[in-house]
Amino acid sequence: MTPEAVTSDAAPARRSGAHLWLAALLPLVLLAGLVALIIRTGPAERLRGDDAPPVERLSIDRAVLREDGITLSVLNDGPDPVTIAQVIVDDAYWAFTADRGSMLNHLGKTTISIPYPWVAGEAHLVKLITSTGTTFEHEIAVAVRTPAPDARHLAVFTLIGIYVGVIPVALGLLWLPLVARLGRTGLDVLLALTVGLLVFLLVDAVHEGLEAAAGLPGSYQGAALFVAGAAGAYLALESLGAWLRARRARAKIGGSPGWVLALLIAVGIGLHNFGEGLAIGAAFALGEAALGTLLIIGFTLHNTTEGLAIIAPIAKEKPSVGSLLQLGLIGGVPTIAGAWLGGLVYSPVAAVLFLALGAGAIAQVVVQIARQMAGARPVSERFASAPVMIGLFAGFVVMYATGMLVG
Amino acid sequence: MLALNRRTWIAGLGSMLGATLLGTRKLGGQQTPPDGPGSGTMTHAAHAMGPVGRVSLESFNPSTFLRAWNFSDLPPQERARYYKETPRPDGTLLREYQLIAVDRDIEIAPGVFFPAWTFNGQVPGPTIRATEGDRIRVTFVNAGSHPHTIHFHGWHTPEMDGSLPEHQVMPGGQFLYEFDADPFGLHLYHCHAVPLKRHIHKGLYGAFIVDPKNARPAADELVMVMNGFDTNFDADNEVYAVNTVAHHFMYEPVRVEIGKLVRMYVVNLTEFDLVNSLHLHGMFFDVFRTGTSMTSSERTDTIMLCQGERAIIETRFRYPGKFMFHAHQSEFAELGWMGLFEAVGPRRDT
Repeated sequence: MTPEAVTSDAAPARRSGAHLWLAALLPLVLLAGLVALIIRTGPAERLRGDDAPPVERLSIDRAVLREDGITLSVLNDGPDPVTIAQVIVDDAYWAFTADRGSMLNHLGKTTISIPYPWVAGEAHLVKLITSTGTTFEHEIAVAVRTPAPDARHLAVFTLIGIYVGVIPVALGLLWLPLVARLGRTGLDVLLALTVGLLVFLLVDAVHEGLEAAAGLPGSYQGAALFVAGAAGAYLALESLGAWLRARRARAKIGGSPGWVLALLIAVGIGLHNFGEGLAIGAAFALGEAALGTLLIIGFTLHNTTEGLAIIAPIAKEKPSVGSLLQLGLIGGVPTIAGAWLGGLVYSPVAAVLFLALGAGAIAQVVVQIARQMAGARPVSERFASAPVMIGLFAGFVVMYATGMLVG
Repeated sequence: MLALNRRTWIAGLGSMLGATLLGTRKLGGQQTPPDGPGSGTMTHAAHAMGPVGRVSLESFNPSTFLRAWNFSDLPPQERARYYKETPRPDGTLLREYQLIAVDRDIEIAPGVFFPAWTFNGQVPGPTIRATEGDRIRVTFVNAGSHPHTIHFHGWHTPEMDGSLPEHQVMPGGQFLYEFDADPFGLHLYHCHAVPLKRHIHKGLYGAFIVDPKNARPAADELVMVMNGFDTNFDADNEVYAVNTVAHHFMYEPVRVEIGKLVRMYVVNLTEFDLVNSLHLHGMFFDVFRTGTSMTSSERTDTIMLCQGERAIIETRFRYPGKFMFHAHQSEFAELGWMGLFEAVGPRRDT
């Protein structure tokens, strides 16, 4: 090969590299130009006309009640600047201060402090009135002092987490000896029951998550956030499962596909319970503590069945007490963390994300169990048998009935 | 200074009549936002009631409105453009007014601006005051963006009623209302174009006082129009006041002299709420409902008035100091309809 040949070969390669860069950047540069043009000419402004009132949208994320009054976190969710002119609490003008000023630009935030003598256990309605007279309301359904992140509250939330998450899951695990004696059909029914339970939880998580997403300020695009979180959790668990099986295959730990499935179910239920902890903590944080006790009892009964779901795939494998404990903790402990997060640093965006993670995880677990039950046969065929159908339906009914306690 | 600013604005009205609608709306001034309530420290809860900041009084001062009628708040030259009185052979007067409907943003609570429809740029509109038997002639010019009318309470012929569809004065149009001041009493005027609720609560109303031929005893006279503003248009008022500005008289108490007769012309023009009321602290007053009798019908400390109802009330202050007056509907009071009298002079038990 001559030196010329080498040069002439490399030059087009370099040129094509530059071309690639140009091809990648040119549309972006033109796009920037287009955006600049739109901002300069403002076609939408022309449509709106001179007299069009500003589009005002405020979102009140959180109300904190302390001895010195009510504090609101406010976000400008609309395109135009908004000036909060006055605050009305229970149909009375009230003094207030705004830590970052009362004029908010798009996505601007401020904290409004109102020295209002709120009444414990009663409802209050806070109304922000803007310079154009538009009003934005926030209802405090049951006024209670908002818990501050102190040791006492941390302890209470931990206890609630243990009541709701850890103990019920552990109680469910105690059914293992009974489950171990089941025959083939009995186990099928049990696995189907588990799927029924999980499908119920899935529906519940999707509903809760989308509801929370709808409550988010529009700019946060709650539904998209939820779908992304759920898909992310699903795919992450899918690869976790694949990774665990590959590792066990390499380590030649044979004959126990049930363990991986049980672990995945525990992780999925753990994520779901994290969401439940969040809901309970948030109920306290959002001033709905009066609803708390019934909520706790409901979740406790509800979650006992989750322990059953974890042990179903490994019933025939005689797991050790240690590994059972491990599964129980994975499934139950996240409730505590959820209660902390929900109760002490409640964020609606985080709530949507965590509910999404729970939903994605459960969906993945449902698919896993279905696959295992079906084996080589198509899932639809496997599920068409009477015992499986009965199991599915029973699982759903159990959840529905205990769910009624949660309201 | 304050009056000057309002004068300047009203002076603009004349030259503006031919202007386009858009031009008219631009004249609505006082768009400056209030001093940010962001500054300042946390107030003690006991003193936290009421709005934050103060309303700019440049274009309308409720205290001035209290003691002004027939444009008496304007200097003579300016006043002559809107009000003229000519003696008639029988001893009565021909009173000629110019009322102009115009759209304007007004500040009704600190930093809260209401897109009002006004008579002569103010809410309530200028108080019309005549003596029983006078002839009243009102040139009404509609410089607003919607059809309007003026409907006066009192005796008049049906063509002068300003209520039927054919009575509507289109934007850019005008109409001459003419009738006798009859009967004596405390009346009102308001726009009667449809939708009625909106045309009234947007601000097209005012007080219309007809004095009896044998004048009432000399007194310190105050015009109080109870009104409300539905700033978010949900058929419920966000702001209540007497003379438009929420809590104004809490900051600028009505100064009265102890022992002197005080006469209040109280008109209820609140929309959406069935009744409004006035309660005066620390004293009682005589009531002359609709002002059509010279004899008091009642002595009380609280009167209730339905929409469009009015009453003259009279009292003499005994003790020096501040006395609250407000709607006894606590909700209205806390949403702005609350104020103070400040009685000055030596104590006099009457």
